[in-house]
Amino acid sequence: MTSPALRISGTLFAGRTQLIAGFDLTLPAGRWSVLLGPSGVGKTSLLRLLAGLPCAAHLTGRITSDASLPLTSRVAMMAQDDQLLPWASALDNVTICARLRGVRPKPARAAELLVQVGLAGLEGRKPAQMSAGQRQRVALARTLYEDRDIVLLDEPFSALDALTRQSVQELAVGLLAGRTVVLITHDPAEAIRLADAAWMISPLGITQCTLPRSAIPRAAADPETLAAQAALLDQMRTCAAGCAA
Amino acid sequence: MTGRISRGFIAFATAVLVWQAVVALTGVPRFILPGPLLVAQALWENAALICDNALWSAGNLALGLGIGVILGVETALLLALSRRARWLLRPMLVAAQAVPVFALAPVITLWLGYGMPSKIVTIALVTYFPVASAMFDRLMALPPGLADLSQLSGANRWRETLLLRLPYAVPGLLSGLRLAVVYAPLAVLIGEWVGSSQGLGHLILMSNGRGQTALMFAALIVLAGLSLSLWLAVEALSRRAAKGYL
Repeated sequence: MTSPALRISGTLFAGRTQLIAGFDLTLPAGRWSVLLGPSGVGKTSLLRLLAGLPCAAHLTGRITSDASLPLTSRVAMMAQDDQLLPWASALDNVTICARLRGVRPKPARAAELLVQVGLAGLEGRKPAQMSAGQRQRVALARTLYEDRDIVLLDEPFSALDALTRQSVQELAVGLLAGRTVVLITHDPAEAIRLADAAWMISPLGITQCTLPRSAIPRAAADPETLAAQAALLDQMRTCAAGCAA
Repeated sequence: MTGRISRGFIAFATAVLVWQAVVALTGVPRFILPGPLLVAQALWENAALICDNALWSAGNLALGLGIGVILGVETALLLALSRRARWLLRPMLVAAQAVPVFALAPVITLWLGYGMPSKIVTIALVTYFPVASAMFDRLMALPPGLADLSQLSGANRWRETLLLRLPYAVPGLLSGLRLAVVYAPLAVLIGEWVGSSQGLGHLILMSNGRGQTALMFAALIVLAGLSLSLWLAVEALSRRAAKGYL
Protein backbone atom coordinates (compact mmCIF):
# COMPACT_ATOMS: atom_id res chain seq x y z
CA MET A 1 0.00 0.00 0.00
CA THR A 2 1.31 3.45 -0.84
CA SER A 3 -0.30 5.93 1.46
CA PRO A 4 -0.24 9.57 0.41
CA ALA A 5 1.24 12.56 2.18
CA LEU A 6 -1.24 15.29 3.03
CA ARG A 7 -0.76 19.01 2.82
CA ILE A 8 -3.10 21.43 4.52
CA SER A 9 -2.52 25.14 4.38
CA GLY A 10 -4.43 28.37 4.97
CA THR A 11 -6.21 30.08 7.84
CA LEU A 12 -9.07 28.52 9.78
CA PHE A 13 -12.16 30.60 10.49
CA ALA A 14 -15.37 30.07 12.42
CA GLY A 15 -17.71 32.53 10.77
CA ARG A 16 -15.64 35.72 10.80
CA THR A 17 -13.56 34.83 13.81
CA GLN A 18 -10.09 33.55 13.10
CA LEU A 19 -9.50 30.22 14.87
CA ILE A 20 -5.97 29.38 13.71
CA ALA A 21 -3.65 31.90 12.05
CA GLY A 22 -2.04 31.07 8.71
CA PHE A 23 -0.29 27.69 8.57
CA ASP A 24 1.15 25.25 6.08
CA LEU A 25 1.46 21.63 7.22
CA THR A 26 2.78 18.64 5.34
CA LEU A 27 1.82 15.39 7.04
CA PRO A 28 4.29 12.67 5.98
CA ALA A 29 3.12 9.65 3.99
CA GLY A 30 2.68 6.38 5.84
CA ARG A 31 3.48 7.93 9.23
CA TRP A 32 1.74 8.99 12.43
CA SER A 33 1.19 12.76 12.54
CA VAL A 34 -0.12 14.18 15.79
CA LEU A 35 -1.91 17.50 16.13
CA LEU A 36 -1.74 18.60 19.74
CA GLY A 37 -3.72 21.43 21.25
CA PRO A 38 -6.15 22.49 23.98
CA SER A 39 -9.87 21.76 23.64
CA GLY A 40 -11.77 24.16 21.41
CA VAL A 41 -8.76 25.28 19.38
CA GLY A 42 -10.10 23.81 16.14
CA LYS A 43 -8.35 20.42 16.00
CA THR A 44 -11.52 18.50 15.26
CA SER A 45 -12.44 21.03 12.56
CA LEU A 46 -9.11 20.40 10.83
CA LEU A 47 -9.72 16.66 10.96
CA ARG A 48 -13.25 16.99 9.60
CA LEU A 49 -11.96 19.16 6.76
CA LEU A 50 -9.39 16.49 5.95
CA ALA A 51 -12.16 13.87 5.94
CA GLY A 52 -14.42 16.03 3.79
CA LEU A 53 -17.14 15.99 6.45
CA PRO A 54 -19.51 18.89 7.13
CA CYS A 55 -17.79 21.35 9.45
CA ALA A 56 -18.79 24.59 11.16
CA ALA A 57 -15.37 26.14 10.52
CA HIS A 58 -14.01 26.94 7.07
CA LEU A 59 -10.51 27.02 5.66
CA THR A 60 -9.25 29.77 3.40
CA GLY A 61 -6.65 27.58 1.80
CA ARG A 62 -6.22 24.14 0.38
CA ILE A 63 -6.03 20.51 1.30
CA THR A 64 -4.02 18.47 -1.16
CA SER A 65 -2.49 15.04 -1.26
CA ASP A 66 0.00 13.39 -3.58
CA ALA A 67 -2.73 10.89 -4.43
CA SER A 68 -5.00 11.27 -7.41
CA LEU A 69 -8.27 9.99 -5.92
CA PRO A 70 -10.54 12.30 -3.94
CA LEU A 71 -9.68 12.22 -0.25
CA THR A 72 -13.12 11.30 1.09
CA SER A 73 -13.03 7.86 -0.50
CA ARG A 74 -9.58 7.14 0.94
CA VAL A 75 -10.28 8.12 4.53
CA ALA A 76 -11.38 6.08 7.54
CA MET A 77 -12.06 7.72 10.87
CA MET A 78 -12.13 6.74 14.54
CA ALA A 79 -13.58 9.09 17.15
CA GLN A 80 -13.57 9.37 20.91
CA ASP A 81 -17.06 7.96 20.94
CA ASP A 82 -16.80 4.48 19.40
CA GLN A 83 -19.82 5.09 17.09
CA LEU A 84 -20.89 1.47 17.33
CA LEU A 85 -24.46 0.48 16.53
CA PRO A 86 -26.00 -0.57 19.85
CA TRP A 87 -28.35 -3.04 18.14
CA ALA A 88 -25.68 -4.86 16.14
CA SER A 89 -23.16 -7.54 17.14
CA ALA A 90 -19.42 -6.85 17.10
CA LEU A 91 -19.15 -8.69 13.79
CA ASP A 92 -21.97 -6.71 12.18
CA ASN A 93 -20.45 -3.48 13.49
CA VAL A 94 -17.16 -4.30 11.78
CA THR A 95 -18.87 -4.79 8.41
CA ILE A 96 -21.35 -1.88 8.67
CA CYS A 97 -19.47 0.44 6.30
CA ALA A 98 -19.41 -2.20 3.56
CA ARG A 99 -23.12 -2.82 4.01
CA LEU A 100 -23.81 0.93 3.92
CA ARG A 101 -21.93 1.08 0.64
CA GLY A 102 -24.01 -1.79 -0.73
CA VAL A 103 -21.06 -4.18 -0.90
CA ARG A 104 -21.47 -7.78 0.24
CA PRO A 105 -19.82 -8.06 3.70
CA LYS A 106 -17.09 -10.64 4.32
CA PRO A 107 -17.78 -12.10 7.77
CA ALA A 108 -14.64 -14.27 7.69
CA ARG A 109 -12.42 -11.24 7.22
CA ALA A 110 -14.30 -9.33 9.93
CA ALA A 111 -13.87 -12.24 12.34
CA GLU A 112 -10.16 -12.38 11.53
CA LEU A 113 -9.80 -8.65 12.29
CA LEU A 114 -11.64 -9.14 15.59
CA VAL A 115 -9.06 -11.80 16.45
CA GLN A 116 -6.27 -9.37 15.53
CA VAL A 117 -7.62 -6.70 17.87
CA GLY A 118 -7.82 -9.29 20.65
CA LEU A 119 -11.55 -9.98 20.66
CA ALA A 120 -11.54 -13.65 19.62
CA GLY A 121 -14.83 -15.31 20.56
CA LEU A 122 -16.70 -12.03 21.13
CA GLU A 123 -18.09 -11.72 17.57
CA GLY A 124 -21.67 -12.05 18.78
CA ARG A 125 -21.49 -9.53 21.64
CA LYS A 126 -23.49 -6.32 21.48
CA PRO A 127 -21.73 -3.05 22.45
CA ALA A 128 -23.65 -2.86 25.74
CA GLN A 129 -22.11 -6.20 26.75
CA MET A 130 -18.55 -4.94 26.22
CA SER A 131 -16.18 -2.65 28.13
CA ALA A 132 -15.14 0.75 26.74
CA GLY A 133 -11.77 -0.72 25.74
CA GLN A 134 -13.39 -3.65 23.94
CA ARG A 135 -15.75 -1.30 22.12
CA GLN A 136 -12.88 0.86 20.94
CA ARG A 137 -11.15 -2.32 19.72
CA VAL A 138 -14.26 -3.15 17.68
CA ALA A 139 -14.09 0.40 16.25
CA LEU A 140 -10.43 -0.23 15.36
CA ALA A 141 -11.39 -3.48 13.61
CA ARG A 142 -14.11 -1.58 11.71
CA THR A 143 -11.53 1.01 10.63
CA LEU A 144 -9.15 -1.74 9.51
CA TYR A 145 -11.91 -3.53 7.61
CA GLU A 146 -12.27 -0.39 5.49
CA ASP A 147 -8.61 -0.75 4.46
CA ARG A 148 -8.25 2.96 3.66
CA ASP A 149 -4.76 4.42 3.34
CA ILE A 150 -5.53 7.54 5.38
CA VAL A 151 -6.77 7.03 8.93
CA LEU A 152 -7.99 9.99 10.98
CA LEU A 153 -8.12 9.54 14.75
CA ASP A 154 -10.14 12.03 16.81
CA GLU A 155 -8.95 11.34 20.37
CA PRO A 156 -10.03 7.70 20.20
CA PHE A 157 -8.02 6.72 23.27
CA SER A 158 -8.92 9.57 25.60
CA ALA A 159 -11.97 7.96 27.22
CA LEU A 160 -10.08 4.77 28.15
CA ASP A 161 -8.45 4.05 31.51
CA ALA A 162 -4.64 4.29 31.59
CA LEU A 163 -3.85 0.58 31.18
CA THR A 164 -6.44 -0.05 28.48
CA ARG A 165 -5.34 3.12 26.68
CA GLN A 166 -1.76 1.89 26.53
CA SER A 167 -2.67 -1.50 25.10
CA VAL A 168 -5.14 -0.08 22.53
CA GLN A 169 -2.53 2.51 21.46
CA GLU A 170 0.08 -0.21 20.92
CA LEU A 171 -2.41 -2.29 18.99
CA ALA A 172 -3.32 0.68 16.77
CA VAL A 173 0.33 1.50 16.03
CA GLY A 174 0.97 -2.12 15.06
CA LEU A 175 -2.11 -2.60 12.91
CA LEU A 176 -2.10 0.81 11.20
CA ALA A 177 1.57 0.62 10.19
CA GLY A 178 2.21 1.93 6.68
CA ARG A 179 -0.90 4.10 6.60
CA THR A 180 -0.96 7.89 6.82
CA VAL A 181 -2.39 8.41 10.30
CA VAL A 182 -3.49 11.76 11.69
CA LEU A 183 -4.18 11.75 15.43
CA ILE A 184 -5.53 14.74 17.29
CA THR A 185 -5.15 14.89 21.04
CA HIS A 186 -4.91 17.33 23.96
CA ASP A 187 -2.59 14.98 25.88
CA PRO A 188 1.17 15.71 25.49
CA ALA A 189 2.01 12.24 26.83
CA GLU A 190 -0.01 10.63 24.04
CA ALA A 191 1.57 12.93 21.45
CA ILE A 192 5.11 11.98 22.52
CA ARG A 193 4.23 8.29 22.66
CA LEU A 194 2.63 8.02 19.23
CA ALA A 195 4.00 10.77 16.97
CA ASP A 196 6.40 10.34 14.07
CA ALA A 197 5.81 14.05 13.61
CA ALA A 198 3.85 16.39 15.88
CA TRP A 199 2.55 19.94 15.77
CA MET A 200 1.18 22.16 18.44
CA ILE A 201 -1.94 24.06 17.48
CA SER A 202 -2.82 27.44 18.98
CA PRO A 203 -4.85 30.41 17.74
CA LEU A 204 -1.53 32.11 16.87
CA GLY A 205 -0.53 29.36 14.46
CA ILE A 206 0.92 25.90 14.28
CA THR A 207 4.45 25.02 15.43
CA GLN A 208 6.31 21.77 15.00
CA CYS A 209 7.34 19.90 18.16
CA THR A 210 10.72 18.29 18.85
CA LEU A 211 10.47 14.56 19.31
CA PRO A 212 12.84 11.79 20.39
CA ARG A 213 14.40 9.88 17.50
CA SER A 214 13.14 6.47 18.68
CA ALA A 215 10.38 4.54 16.92
CA ILE A 216 6.72 4.63 18.02
CA PRO A 217 5.10 3.53 20.26
CA ARG A 218 7.64 5.01 22.64
CA ALA A 219 7.94 3.47 26.09
CA ALA A 220 6.23 5.69 28.64
CA ALA A 221 9.00 5.21 31.23
CA ASP A 222 11.88 5.98 28.86
CA PRO A 223 13.87 9.02 30.20
CA GLU A 224 14.01 10.54 26.72
CA THR A 225 10.22 10.22 26.34
CA LEU A 226 9.66 11.76 29.75
CA ALA A 227 12.01 14.66 29.01
CA ALA A 228 10.31 15.35 25.69
CA GLN A 229 6.91 15.20 27.40
CA ALA A 230 8.00 17.73 30.01
CA ALA A 231 9.41 20.03 27.32
CA LEU A 232 6.16 19.78 25.36
CA LEU A 233 4.08 20.60 28.41
CA ASP A 234 6.30 23.67 28.96
CA GLN A 235 5.83 24.68 25.36
CA MET A 236 2.04 24.32 25.74
CA ARG A 237 2.11 26.50 28.85
CA THR A 238 4.17 29.23 27.16
CA CYS A 239 1.82 29.05 24.22
CA ALA A 240 -1.29 29.37 26.42
CA ALA A 241 0.28 32.37 28.22
CA GLY A 242 1.09 33.94 24.85
CA CYS A 243 -2.50 33.53 23.69
CA ALA A 244 -3.89 35.00 26.90
CA ALA A 245 -1.67 38.07 26.58
CA MET B 1 -41.82 -8.52 38.08
CA THR B 2 -43.58 -10.54 40.81
CA GLY B 3 -43.31 -7.41 42.98
CA ARG B 4 -45.06 -5.35 40.33
CA ILE B 5 -47.84 -7.89 39.90
CA SER B 6 -48.52 -8.28 43.62
CA ARG B 7 -48.43 -4.52 44.05
CA GLY B 8 -50.96 -4.12 41.23
CA PHE B 9 -53.15 -6.77 42.85
CA ILE B 10 -53.01 -5.09 46.25
CA ALA B 11 -53.89 -1.71 44.74
CA PHE B 12 -56.83 -3.29 42.89
CA ALA B 13 -58.10 -5.06 46.00
CA THR B 14 -57.83 -1.88 48.05
CA ALA B 15 -59.84 0.06 45.47
CA VAL B 16 -62.56 -2.62 45.48
CA LEU B 17 -62.71 -2.58 49.30
CA VAL B 18 -62.97 1.22 49.43
CA TRP B 19 -65.67 1.09 46.77
CA GLN B 20 -67.67 -1.50 48.74
CA ALA B 21 -67.21 0.51 51.95
CA VAL B 22 -68.47 3.73 50.32
CA VAL B 23 -71.54 1.95 48.98
CA ALA B 24 -72.28 0.26 52.32
CA LEU B 25 -71.70 3.36 54.47
CA THR B 26 -73.53 5.94 52.37
CA GLY B 27 -76.42 3.73 51.35
CA VAL B 28 -76.34 5.27 47.88
CA PRO B 29 -79.04 3.73 45.58
CA ARG B 30 -77.82 0.92 43.32
CA PHE B 31 -78.80 2.71 40.12
CA ILE B 32 -76.42 5.56 41.08
CA LEU B 33 -73.48 3.49 42.29
CA PRO B 34 -73.75 -0.29 42.48
CA GLY B 35 -71.27 -2.06 44.75
CA PRO B 36 -68.55 -4.33 43.39
CA LEU B 37 -70.55 -7.41 44.29
CA LEU B 38 -73.49 -6.28 42.16
CA VAL B 39 -71.14 -5.44 39.29
CA ALA B 40 -69.51 -8.88 39.55
CA GLN B 41 -72.98 -10.41 39.49
CA ALA B 42 -73.90 -8.37 36.38
CA LEU B 43 -70.65 -9.45 34.77
CA TRP B 44 -71.42 -13.10 35.47
CA GLU B 45 -75.07 -13.00 34.39
CA ASN B 46 -74.34 -11.09 31.17
CA ALA B 47 -71.08 -12.85 30.37
CA ALA B 48 -72.14 -13.90 26.87
CA LEU B 49 -73.50 -10.45 25.99
CA ILE B 50 -70.42 -8.64 27.31
CA CYS B 51 -68.12 -11.14 25.65
CA ASP B 52 -69.77 -10.68 22.22
CA ASN B 53 -69.55 -6.92 22.42
CA ALA B 54 -66.03 -7.00 23.82
CA LEU B 55 -64.87 -9.22 20.95
CA TRP B 56 -66.36 -6.83 18.42
CA SER B 57 -64.67 -3.82 20.02
CA ALA B 58 -61.38 -5.68 20.48
CA GLY B 59 -61.43 -6.77 16.83
CA ASN B 60 -61.91 -3.14 15.72
CA LEU B 61 -59.21 -2.07 18.14
CA ALA B 62 -56.71 -4.61 16.80
CA LEU B 63 -57.45 -3.80 13.16
CA GLY B 64 -57.47 -0.04 13.68
CA LEU B 65 -54.29 -0.12 15.73
CA GLY B 66 -52.56 -2.36 13.20
CA ILE B 67 -53.54 -0.17 10.24
CA GLY B 68 -52.65 3.03 12.11
CA VAL B 69 -49.23 1.73 13.11
CA ILE B 70 -48.38 0.41 9.64
CA LEU B 71 -49.46 3.65 7.95
CA GLY B 72 -47.67 5.71 10.60
CA VAL B 73 -44.39 3.83 10.11
CA GLU B 74 -44.71 4.10 6.34
CA THR B 75 -45.39 7.83 6.48
CA ALA B 76 -42.42 8.40 8.78
CA LEU B 77 -40.17 6.40 6.43
CA LEU B 78 -41.43 8.20 3.35
CA LEU B 79 -40.80 11.57 4.99
CA ALA B 80 -37.32 10.50 6.09
CA LEU B 81 -36.42 9.26 2.62
CA SER B 82 -37.75 12.04 0.46
CA ARG B 83 -37.05 15.73 0.83
CA ARG B 84 -40.00 16.52 -1.45
CA ALA B 85 -42.41 14.44 0.60
CA ARG B 86 -41.12 16.24 3.69
CA TRP B 87 -41.67 19.63 2.09
CA LEU B 88 -45.21 18.78 1.07
CA LEU B 89 -46.50 16.50 3.82
CA ARG B 90 -44.86 17.78 6.99
CA PRO B 91 -46.97 20.94 7.30
CA MET B 92 -50.04 18.78 6.64
CA LEU B 93 -49.02 16.40 9.39
CA VAL B 94 -48.53 19.27 11.84
CA ALA B 95 -51.84 20.87 10.87
CA ALA B 96 -53.69 17.55 11.03
CA GLN B 97 -52.47 17.04 14.57
CA ALA B 98 -54.15 20.28 15.59
CA VAL B 99 -57.55 18.82 14.58
CA PRO B 100 -58.87 16.67 17.38
CA VAL B 101 -59.57 13.33 15.70
CA PHE B 102 -62.44 12.76 18.11
CA ALA B 103 -64.25 15.69 16.55
CA LEU B 104 -64.04 13.90 13.21
CA ALA B 105 -65.86 10.80 14.47
CA PRO B 106 -69.34 12.05 13.46
CA VAL B 107 -68.06 12.91 9.96
CA ILE B 108 -66.41 9.51 9.61
CA THR B 109 -69.64 7.82 10.70
CA LEU B 110 -71.58 9.94 8.22
CA TRP B 111 -69.30 8.79 5.40
CA LEU B 112 -68.69 5.18 6.34
CA GLY B 113 -71.88 4.22 8.16
CA TYR B 114 -72.55 2.56 11.50
CA GLY B 115 -70.59 -0.64 10.93
CA MET B 116 -67.01 -1.65 11.52
CA PRO B 117 -65.28 0.51 8.87
CA SER B 118 -66.06 3.84 10.58
CA LYS B 119 -64.81 2.48 13.93
CA ILE B 120 -61.62 1.08 12.42
CA VAL B 121 -60.86 4.35 10.62
CA THR B 122 -61.38 6.40 13.79
CA ILE B 123 -59.05 4.14 15.76
CA ALA B 124 -56.48 4.07 12.95
CA LEU B 125 -56.45 7.89 12.73
CA VAL B 126 -55.94 8.28 16.47
CA THR B 127 -53.08 5.76 16.35
CA TYR B 128 -51.52 7.05 13.15
CA PHE B 129 -50.44 10.54 14.24
CA PRO B 130 -48.45 9.76 17.39
CA VAL B 131 -46.71 6.83 15.69
CA ALA B 132 -45.86 8.79 12.54
CA SER B 133 -44.60 11.85 14.37
CA ALA B 134 -42.62 10.11 17.15
CA MET B 135 -40.98 7.78 14.65
CA PHE B 136 -40.24 10.56 12.16
CA ASP B 137 -38.58 12.70 14.85
CA ARG B 138 -36.26 9.87 15.75
CA LEU B 139 -35.57 8.97 12.09
CA MET B 140 -34.34 12.54 11.58
CA ALA B 141 -32.25 12.60 14.77
CA LEU B 142 -29.42 10.30 13.73
CA PRO B 143 -26.47 10.93 16.11
CA PRO B 144 -23.70 12.96 14.38
CA GLY B 145 -21.17 10.13 14.79
CA LEU B 146 -23.35 7.72 12.83
CA ALA B 147 -24.02 10.37 10.18
CA ASP B 148 -20.23 10.74 9.75
CA LEU B 149 -19.86 6.98 9.47
CA SER B 150 -22.54 6.89 6.81
CA GLN B 151 -20.96 9.71 4.80
CA LEU B 152 -17.44 8.28 4.97
CA SER B 153 -18.79 4.89 3.88
CA GLY B 154 -20.40 6.50 0.85
CA ALA B 155 -23.89 5.31 1.80
CA ASN B 156 -26.89 6.53 -0.18
CA ARG B 157 -30.00 7.81 1.57
CA TRP B 158 -31.85 4.54 1.09
CA ARG B 159 -29.23 2.32 2.72
CA GLU B 160 -28.52 4.88 5.43
CA THR B 161 -32.22 4.86 6.31
CA LEU B 162 -32.52 1.10 6.24
CA LEU B 163 -29.32 0.25 8.12
CA LEU B 164 -28.92 3.19 10.52
CA ARG B 165 -31.98 5.40 10.80
CA LEU B 166 -34.63 2.68 10.94
CA PRO B 167 -33.10 0.64 13.77
CA TYR B 168 -32.22 3.86 15.58
CA ALA B 169 -35.89 4.92 15.33
CA VAL B 170 -37.28 1.79 17.02
CA PRO B 171 -37.54 3.57 20.42
CA GLY B 172 -39.43 6.39 18.67
CA LEU B 173 -41.87 3.87 17.25
CA LEU B 174 -42.36 2.44 20.73
CA SER B 175 -42.99 5.80 22.39
CA GLY B 176 -45.50 6.58 19.64
CA LEU B 177 -47.09 3.20 20.25
CA ARG B 178 -47.29 3.91 23.98
CA LEU B 179 -49.32 7.05 23.25
CA ALA B 180 -51.38 5.25 20.63
CA VAL B 181 -52.54 2.50 23.00
CA VAL B 182 -53.68 5.13 25.49
CA TYR B 183 -55.79 6.91 22.85
CA ALA B 184 -57.04 3.85 20.96
CA PRO B 185 -59.58 2.62 23.58
CA LEU B 186 -60.92 6.19 23.75
CA ALA B 187 -61.38 6.08 20.00
CA VAL B 188 -63.28 2.81 20.41
CA LEU B 189 -65.69 4.52 22.80
CA ILE B 190 -66.13 7.68 20.75
CA GLY B 191 -66.67 5.72 17.54
CA GLU B 192 -69.36 3.59 19.15
CA TRP B 193 -71.02 6.49 20.94
CA VAL B 194 -71.43 8.41 17.73
CA GLY B 195 -73.39 5.54 16.27
CA SER B 196 -73.20 1.79 16.63
CA SER B 197 -75.37 -1.19 17.40
CA GLN B 198 -72.54 -3.27 18.88
CA GLY B 199 -69.47 -3.03 21.04
CA LEU B 200 -68.56 -2.20 24.61
CA GLY B 201 -69.11 1.52 24.07
CA HIS B 202 -72.56 0.80 22.73
CA LEU B 203 -73.25 -1.50 25.71
CA ILE B 204 -72.15 1.22 28.14
CA LEU B 205 -74.40 3.76 26.49
CA MET B 206 -77.42 1.42 26.32
CA SER B 207 -77.19 0.10 29.87
CA ASN B 208 -76.76 3.63 31.16
CA GLY B 209 -79.88 4.74 29.32
CA ARG B 210 -81.86 1.80 30.73
CA GLY B 211 -80.73 2.36 34.29
CA GLN B 212 -78.73 -0.90 34.30
CA THR B 213 -75.88 0.77 36.10
CA ALA B 214 -74.29 -2.50 37.25
CA LEU B 215 -74.08 -3.76 33.67
CA MET B 216 -72.60 -0.43 32.61
CA PHE B 217 -69.88 -0.76 35.22
CA ALA B 218 -69.25 -4.35 34.16
CA ALA B 219 -68.71 -3.30 30.53
CA LEU B 220 -66.52 -0.40 31.69
CA ILE B 221 -64.33 -2.75 33.70
CA VAL B 222 -63.88 -5.08 30.74
CA LEU B 223 -62.89 -2.12 28.54
CA ALA B 224 -60.42 -0.91 31.18
CA GLY B 225 -58.97 -4.43 31.37
CA LEU B 226 -58.56 -4.44 27.59
CA SER B 227 -56.74 -1.08 27.64
CA LEU B 228 -54.55 -2.15 30.53
CA SER B 229 -53.43 -5.39 28.92
CA LEU B 230 -52.63 -3.54 25.69
CA TRP B 231 -50.58 -1.00 27.61
CA LEU B 232 -48.75 -3.72 29.54
CA ALA B 233 -47.91 -5.50 26.30
CA VAL B 234 -46.36 -2.33 24.83
CA GLU B 235 -44.46 -1.70 28.07
CA ALA B 236 -43.03 -5.21 27.97
CA LEU B 237 -42.01 -4.67 24.34
CA SER B 238 -40.33 -1.36 25.23
CA ARG B 239 -38.38 -2.92 28.08
CA ARG B 240 -37.06 -5.63 25.77
CA ALA B 241 -36.15 -3.14 23.05
CA ALA B 242 -34.48 -0.72 25.49
CA LYS B 243 -31.65 -3.23 25.88
CA GLY B 244 -30.67 -3.08 22.22
CA TYR B 245 -31.78 0.20 20.75
CA LEU B 246 -31.22 3.05 23.21
